[in-house]
This record gives sequence, structure tokens and C-alpha cells, in this order.
Amino acid sequence: MAIIESDFMPIDAVYDKVLPAGESWLHEVKKGQVLRILDLEGNQAVDTLFYNAHDPSERYSAVDTIRAQNNLYLTSGSQLLSSDGNTLLTIIADTCGRHDTIGGACSAESNSVRYGLEKKYMHNCRDSFLHALGHCGCHMDKRDLTSNINFFMNVPVTEDGALTFADGISGSGKYVEMRAEMDVYALISNCPQLNNPCNAYNPTPVRLLIWN
Amino acid sequence: MIESNIAEFEDQNTWTDEIPGGAHTSFVMRRNTILRVIDLEGAANVVALFYNHDDKLERYNMADTLKAQHTAYLTKGLVCYSDMGRILCSITEDSCGWHDTICGMTDARQVHQKYGDKTYHNAHNNMHRNARDSVIVELCKWGMGKIDIVPNVNFFSKVFVDNGGDLHFKQNNSKAGDFVDLRFEMNTLVILATCQHPLDPNPNYAPKPIRITARRTSSAGRYDFCRMSCPENKRGFYNTEILFG
Repeated sequence: MAIIESDFMPIDAVYDKVLPAGESWLHEVKKGQVLRILDLEGNQAVDTLFYNAHDPSERYSAVDTIRAQNNLYLTSGSQLLSSDGNTLLTIIADTCGRHDTIGGACSAESNSVRYGLEKKYMHNCRDSFLHALGHCGCHMDKRDLTSNINFFMNVPVTEDGALTFADGISGSGKYVEMRAEMDVYALISNCPQLNNPCNAYNPTPVRLLIWN
Repeated sequence: MIESNIAEFEDQNTWTDEIPGGAHTSFVMRRNTILRVIDLEGAANVVALFYNHDDKLERYNMADTLKAQHTAYLTKGLVCYSDMGRILCSITEDSCGWHDTICGMTDARQVHQKYGDKTYHNAHNNMHRNARDSVIVELCKWGMGKIDIVPNVNFFSKVFVDNGGDLHFKQNNSKAGDFVDLRFEMNTLVILATCQHPLDPNPNYAPKPIRITARRTSSAGRYDFCRMSCPENKRGFYNTEILFG
């Protein structure tokens, strides 16, 4: 795992926001701008999707990103590819070292399968995604939700194909930073999951910064 | 061939089809039917996507399938989950042992770079076809399009992950005659494309043919192998069965 730090200073950022757990965020990041996601209290999971801002039918593709880099995990140097094979963003700094992109987002329906039928009514990432899309006026809906990135989440896979949601390897103050290679929409759900260790059973806020 | 297919359907209420390498098709499988997919020559790869035929907003979800069953691949006893906490189909038999679902499919750019250009103009039906365009064509037949593409299953292909996260394509994972049985738990639109796996190291364009056969079956019993394979699947079957009352 390559730990690469950034030279960008928060005081120079053109955008600086704390996103509480359980909230969603839809924001345009212009080509050349840099987006940093900062894990304020540690072991938070930040479910994230990206779209071409000019044509959202072109969107982040987890499987194309994995295949092209021939590696399951995201870190510095990872190019986040679109469904059309273009680079949406490049990860340029990462002090956590590994991020998941096959674990997907939690939902009411998958909570009912994974944790118990009665867990269906707990707050979840897909509801946050749909809330953001439902209010954006951008003509996007459930069909626009595809396999996402889980920044700071640790989902190790073994050679014999076992998959687990393990304790996080992130910590307070760790961050990941990416440069937009085209104008993109970033859609984030700051995960409210209380049933597994993806965020240490304690969802916490993250800080979002953008530099020109 | 065609005549024998019709006779078989009339006699046994089953249907069969042979799909050449590099081809694509789509069809509906009803609840309580089984589709057997057979690798005729070995080293086949079958790109597959599944949609609830009664409400196509509901579709196969790779992430929910993997995390519910604590696995990074598919085999007998596992099921394919939709994004709505329900089961599209169950893998009731599998002679192969590992089916990939984390690597996606080829697109026009990949196929061109890997195998060169071969169009209908100069090769007729031996032209090179890629999985993404094949899937888009089939989706359009059902009123859908490229935004409905989600991470797919690659039946018969094995890609495993080492400790550092690097991917490894296992050659000869599937032998001639290997098969997988899919029992459909809801009415399902099935999209198939017999295109090579995107990590297939074979430098030559060599997609392999498959045979598919469909037959009726009974619904999953209380102690069904797939239902009992983990507590999550008991709840997944429950979520699915209440759809059909």
C-alpha cells in the first residue's frame, strides 16, 4: 500500500464542508479541480459515485476500473474509469492506503437480507443517494445507481474467494484526494450503517474540500 | 437441428439452443424453470445480466450478491441477488466451480486493441463483436439501454485475487461439457453474450459456443440447498416468495 501525502492546504480550498453521517452530497467538480475526502474521526465509510457532468449516462464503472488496473483495491494512482472507458478522476494522494469498490452501498432491502428482516427500516446509503437524486432536478433516478466506491472501507478478498467486511484501516485525519479529468458530478452518501464494522459501528462526519 | 428442437419441445416441454461464440441473445425465464448453460468446447465465457421481467428497474446486483453470501465468486449453493433484496436465480448445480462477477465485460475499444479490427464489411459474420455492444443491442430490444448495464456475471471464468489485490485469470477453468444450472426464483429477463472474458490472455479472438437448455421444475423446498446455504439466503428467499404470495 502506497501512502502518498498531499501538498494542498485547507486554507487555499475553494470549497470546505463537513458532511455529517447519514447525509448525502451531490456536487460538481470541474476538470482540473481536486477533491479531498477527509475521515475526521476514523473508520468512516464514504459511499461515492461519479458521473460525466455533461452526460450522466457515462458514469463510474467499478468493474472496468478493477479490470484496467488489474487490482481490486483503489489507492494513489488508481484511475477511476467510466462505463465508456474514459478516466473520470485520478487518485493523486491517499494516506489510508486501500479503498473498496466491490462492496456496494447498503440499502433497506439488502439490510433485510444481511442483518434481519426488521433491519429494513434503518437509514441506509441507497436512500441517501435517492434523496439526493430526487431533489437534484437532474433527471437521474434509481437506474443511475450502480456499483460505487467505498472510500476508507476495508473489504479484503482471499485467494480462495472469501470476502469479509473487516475492521477499517483508516483513522482520524486520514484522507484520499483525486483530480477530476473531466467535469464530473460527485454523489456521496456518508454511510449510516450500524450493523457491521465498516464504520466501526459508529458513523461519523467527513470533511470535503475542493481546490482549483 | 431446428426440427429436432421443435420435436423435443413438443415431447418434453423443454427447449434448447446452441449459441455460437461471439453471439448474443435475450429471453425470459419464468419462475420455477431451470436454465442449464453448457460449455461445449471448454474455455467458454458467458456474459450474463438478469432483470426482473415484471419490473425491469430491479436487476442483478453484484455487490449485494457477494456481501450477502460472503464470497467473491459464484458457484453451487449461491444465488444471484437483485438490488431489491430478492433472488433472481439460484445456482443449483455447477460442474465448473467458479464463475467471475467482478471483472465486467469487453467493449469496442478493448476488442479493437486486443484483437484488431474485423468488421462485417470484410469478415461478414466472423466479424469481431464485443460484449458491451452486444448487451446494449439486447437491452434495446426490451426498451432499455446502456444506463441499465450493471456489473455482470462471467460464467465459466475464474479470476482470483492475491493478498496485494492483484487479479489472476485462471486458464482452463472450464472444460468441454462443464455446465451450470440456474433455477429462476422470479420471472427474469436473461441477457447473454458469448464473448471472451476481458482478462482472457489468449491473444486471438476465439469466443466459444455454448448450449442452453430450459425445463420446468418445482419451487425451492423448505430445506433447499441454496436456501439453507446461509441465514441471509433464508431471508432472501422469503423476500422473493412473498412477491408471489
